Amino acid sequence: MSLWTALLLAAGIAFALKLAGHLVPTHLLDGPRVRRVTAALPVALLAALVATQAFTVTGGAFVLDARAAAVGVAVVALALRAPFIVVVVLGAATAALLRAMGWG
Amino acid sequence: MTASAGSDAADPAVQADPTARRAVVRQALSVGVATGAYGLSFGALAVAAGLDTWQAMALSLLMFTGGSQFAFVGIIANGLHAAPAAIAASSMLGIRNGLYALELTHLLGARGPRRVAAAHLTIDESTAVAVAQDDARTSRLGFWVTGLTVFVLWNLTTLVGTVVGTHIGDPRTYGLDAAACAAFTALLWPRLRDRDAVAIAVLGAVVAIVLSPTMPPGIPVVVAAAASLLAWRTPRRETP
Repeated sequence: MSLWTALLLAAGIAFALKLAGHLVPTHLLDGPRVRRVTAALPVALLAALVATQAFTVTGGAFVLDARAAAVGVAVVALALRAPFIVVVVLGAATAALLRAMGWG
Repeated sequence: MTASAGSDAADPAVQADPTARRAVVRQALSVGVATGAYGLSFGALAVAAGLDTWQAMALSLLMFTGGSQFAFVGIIANGLHAAPAAIAASSMLGIRNGLYALELTHLLGARGPRRVAAAHLTIDESTAVAVAQDDARTSRLGFWVTGLTVFVLWNLTTLVGTVVGTHIGDPRTYGLDAAACAAFTALLWPRLRDRDAVAIAVLGAVVAIVLSPTMPPGIPVVVAAAASLLAWRTPRRETP
């Protein structure tokens, strides 16, 4: 298999996966219970995504490092109703500062 | 700022269209810039893995889902014999986009070519901005502006990254990985108003962390999606 073949195959699968979700017939997704579940799907997925991005290292082991501290600071900022961009900048600054000090 | 994180969000009159639109565009642009910065890193990594500029660009243009792209080049760096593993890894990380689409297809109501475009732009960032909004129109705007902003910046920075290589340094030095975590947390925040949503988010997060050491990347997050089945029950406030 050439690199181009592998690349185009992988890209094709990635697009097919995205498209498949958009092509599920809407009548299958119309019931009130199913609507609640699909509405909750991004919540579960994004929470899981943040959790793996913030609290695991390559290989999947749990770890508390500068990223966890950044999420903690972000949550405090959100609870204090900070604007979106402030939350994002505080998160980055927290991690950058801790790493500059040699932690995480 | 998120519609609900702002101090003025409690007043529905303040959430009239122009304010909500400006807020969602600001979110979309911030997410686009943060993600775009990672494109530099992807471009540099792709070249280091043995891809040429065209191949790196083809991934960013055609695959257009960051996690899968990083996984693909990370594994293909071991040589062409690793191609099946690279395809498998990028595909497993791409499953969640299909699950996002189940909700987005309702939200967007796109048909024909617009639906194909919506599918291509279905990624973590566009989904997160879309579901963070309070009404369907702002959600749709958030999806399209975020998707297009990320698409343009991600591809431009991939190109730059393939040229400048690793000179720009590790994005983690600037806390950009943490910026992404903070941004997703902020976009999730307005959805966590009711106890059911909090339960779903916490369960999803815990399942993903517990499964991560024993499963290939991408799969724990997909399994964690099952937490959304908690919403199958009738919500508490609606029970007689």
